[in-house]
Amino acid sequence: MRKSRKFSATRRSFLKGAAVAGAATIAPPIAPATAVPETGSAPIQDARAETSVPPEVDVLTTEHCGSDFMLDVLRSLDIEYVSSNPGSSFRALHESIVNYGGNRKPEFITCLHEESSVGMAHGYAKVEGKPMGVLAHGTVGLQHAAMAIYNAYCDRVPVFMIVGNSLDATMRRPGVEWLHSVQDAASIVRDFIKWDDTPISLQHFAESAARAYKIAMTPPMEPVLLVADSELQERALAEKDRLSPQRITRTTPPQGDSGAVAEAARLLVAAQSPVLIADRAARTAAGMKYLVELAETLQAPVIDQGGRMNFPSRHPLNQSSRARALVADADVIVGLELTDFWGAVNTYRDQLERSSRRITKAGAKLISITSGDLYMKSNYQDFERYPEIDIAMAADAEATLPALIEAVKRLLTADRRNALQDRGQKLASAHRSSLEQARVDATYAWDASPISTARLFAEVWAQIRTEDWSLVSSSQSNWAPRLWTFDKYHQFIGGSGGAGVGYGAPAAVGAALANRKYGRLTVNIQNDGDLMYAPGVLWTAAHHRIPLLNVMHNNRAYHQEVMHLQRMANRHNRGIDRAAIGTTIDDPNIDYSKMAQSMGLYAEGPITNPRDLGPAIRRAIAAVKRGEPALLDVVTQPR
Amino acid sequence: MNILIMLFVALIQNPAPPRGNVENGKVLFTKIGCYQCHGIEGQGAVTGPRLNQNPITYTRFVSYIRKPSGEMPPYTAKVVSDQQAADLFAYMQSLPRPPAVESIPLLKQ
Repeated sequence: MRKSRKFSATRRSFLKGAAVAGAATIAPPIAPATAVPETGSAPIQDARAETSVPPEVDVLTTEHCGSDFMLDVLRSLDIEYVSSNPGSSFRALHESIVNYGGNRKPEFITCLHEESSVGMAHGYAKVEGKPMGVLAHGTVGLQHAAMAIYNAYCDRVPVFMIVGNSLDATMRRPGVEWLHSVQDAASIVRDFIKWDDTPISLQHFAESAARAYKIAMTPPMEPVLLVADSELQERALAEKDRLSPQRITRTTPPQGDSGAVAEAARLLVAAQSPVLIADRAARTAAGMKYLVELAETLQAPVIDQGGRMNFPSRHPLNQSSRARALVADADVIVGLELTDFWGAVNTYRDQLERSSRRITKAGAKLISITSGDLYMKSNYQDFERYPEIDIAMAADAEATLPALIEAVKRLLTADRRNALQDRGQKLASAHRSSLEQARVDATYAWDASPISTARLFAEVWAQIRTEDWSLVSSSQSNWAPRLWTFDKYHQFIGGSGGAGVGYGAPAAVGAALANRKYGRLTVNIQNDGDLMYAPGVLWTAAHHRIPLLNVMHNNRAYHQEVMHLQRMANRHNRGIDRAAIGTTIDDPNIDYSKMAQSMGLYAEGPITNPRDLGPAIRRAIAAVKRGEPALLDVVTQPR
Repeated sequence: MNILIMLFVALIQNPAPPRGNVENGKVLFTKIGCYQCHGIEGQGAVTGPRLNQNPITYTRFVSYIRKPSGEMPPYTAKVVSDQQAADLFAYMQSLPRPPAVESIPLLKQ
C-alpha cells in the first residue's frame, strides 16, 4: 500500500496545531520507492520507480526544513560543538549543522563511537562550564552511549543529548529504519538522566530544549535528553518566522538555609579540630577561592577528594594525605558536595566477613552541604550508604560558601583568631612533612623498569610546570597531587564519576577541545585498558586538530581486576598464582604507539627505560604545540 | 641473669627465620601477587604500603600475611609455606636502598 508524507503531515498538523500547519500543504508526497533502504530485508527496488517521470504534484526539494529551526534552537543555547557518530535518524539535523549553519557553533565533531561522543561532552563540560551537544540514534546509538551517560550522571555533569527517532510508523522506510525506531527512546537511560522529552512539534522542541538546558545546568547538574523526530526534522519548513527559540534564564543555584548556615558557623568557630572535606565542591574557579577563604578564616584542614579542582595542592591547609587521622581526631566535619559521607567517616574491610567501623570521636558533629539531597533516584545506587548527619543542607556548596564564610567571620573574636593561627601553623608543618615524605617515597623504584608511577609523574611535571597546563584525566595513582603544584581551577577536572571504564580517553579529548581556545597544554595520563574501550577517539582528536598530550600509564592489565581476582583466590585458598588469567592485556602486548600513529597522532613507544622518558615528553609536547595530539606509550608499574 | 631470660623470651617470640632464598622470593613476589599492591620493587602505592626498607620482623611478617588485620588478602600456610614466606622475607630484605632524594633534581621542583 502506498502511503505518503502528505497523509502523515496532515495527521501531524492535528497534533502540532497552527505552528507548522503550513507544512501539510507544502510537504510533498514522496513515493516510498524513492527511499533507499540501508541494508537488510528491504524490498527489491523497482528500476521503473527511479527512471519514470514523477507526477507533477511531486515537490522534491525545499529551501528550509524543521531541523534548520532545531539548529536555531541549539544556537540560542550557545552550544559550541555537537559530537556524533553519524546516523540516518538525524540526517536532516546533521545536514542543517553542516550547510544551514555552516558547521560553526555548533560544529559537528565526528566520533567513531557514541560512548566517545558522550565522554567528550563530559570532559568538555567540566572545563567549559556548560554542556556540549551529542547527537545519536535513539536506539543503537543511545545503547552505545549509555555507559558514558551514566558516568556523567554520577559525576554531576550536564550533557545535552539529542537522539533521532522515527515516531510515525507509517513513514518509516522498510528495513533498518524500523530497527532504529523505538516507542520511548529515553527509557533505556531514564534512570540516569535528569529530564527528557519527545517533542511533537517544532515549537515544542524549542521550549523543551530551553527547559532541558535549564534543568541540566541547575545543581546538581546532570545529562538531559531530547528526542528529535525524523519527520519533524525533515519536513519542509514554511512558517519558520512564526517559530522562535526560547530565552533562557538560568536558575539561581540553591543556597543553604540561613539558620542552618548560622548553626554550622557556630559549630565551626567553636571546634577544636574541624575538618573540611570537598568532593565536587567547586563548580567554578570561584568555588575554589571560597573554599580557600573558608579554610584560611578557620585555619581548618581541607581534605580534597578530587571530584573537582577544589583546593590548591601546595596550600599549607591542604591535608589530603592525612585524611584518616584528621577525621579520627575531628570534632566537626563539613562535607561539601560529598557523595560518600559515610565512607569518609568509616573504615570498611573487604574480607570474607565484611565489616566496618566508625572512626570519628564520640560526639563529633557532621555537617553536609550538597545539592545531591535535592535530587535522587532509586534504581542506580550512586548515592552511597546513608550517613547520620547533624546538619544537612540541601543546597549547592559553592553557592552556600559565601554566606558560611561571612557567618564564621562574624563570630570570630580576636582571641579566637589567635588560637586558630596556632592551629594553622601546626597544620602547615604537617603539610611540609607530607610534601617531603612524598619526595622520599618517590625515590623508591626510581630507576625501575617497568617505570614507576612516581617517576612517570615527576618526568611529566618537569616538562609542563612552566606551561599553562590542564590535567584532564589521570590514572589510579595519587602522584599528581603529591608532586605537582595545582593552584588554578582549570588544572584538574576530577574523574569519571561512575567508575565506568572507557571515560579517560574521550573525556580528555573533549576537555582538550574546550582548552584549545585558551591555548592551554592539555595533559592526559591514559590507562591502557581504558583506552581500548573506544580508541577511535584518538582519530577524532587528530581529525579535528585537537592538541592533547597523552602519556600512557600502561601496566598491561585491568589492574583493579587483577587485585580483585587475587583477593578471591586467596580467600578460597587456591590458585593464588593465576590472577593474571582474564585480567591482563599482554601476550601479545598492544603497541599503542603504532595504533596512535595509524590514526594520525604523533606517537612514541613503548618506553621502558625511565631515562628515555624526559626527552620523549619534550618531543611530544613540541608536537602538541604545533596543534596536534600526541601519545607516549609508557610501560609502567601497576600503580 | 635477667638479660639472659629476656633474650630467651625474645628468641621464643621472634624465632630466627628459616634461611630464605632471595631469588625464589623475587619470583614469588610477582607470581603470587605481592607486586600488585606493593609495586614490583616493593616501593608501595595507594594500594599497599612500602615493603622496601620498611623494617619489620620475620615473625610479624609471617603473622601478618597469615592473618592480616587490614585489607590485604590472607596468605595461609596452605598456599604459602613457611619456607616460601622466608624466601619472600629474604627478597624484601635484599631490596636496595633508593637514591637519596637530594640526588634527584626532578624531585626538587
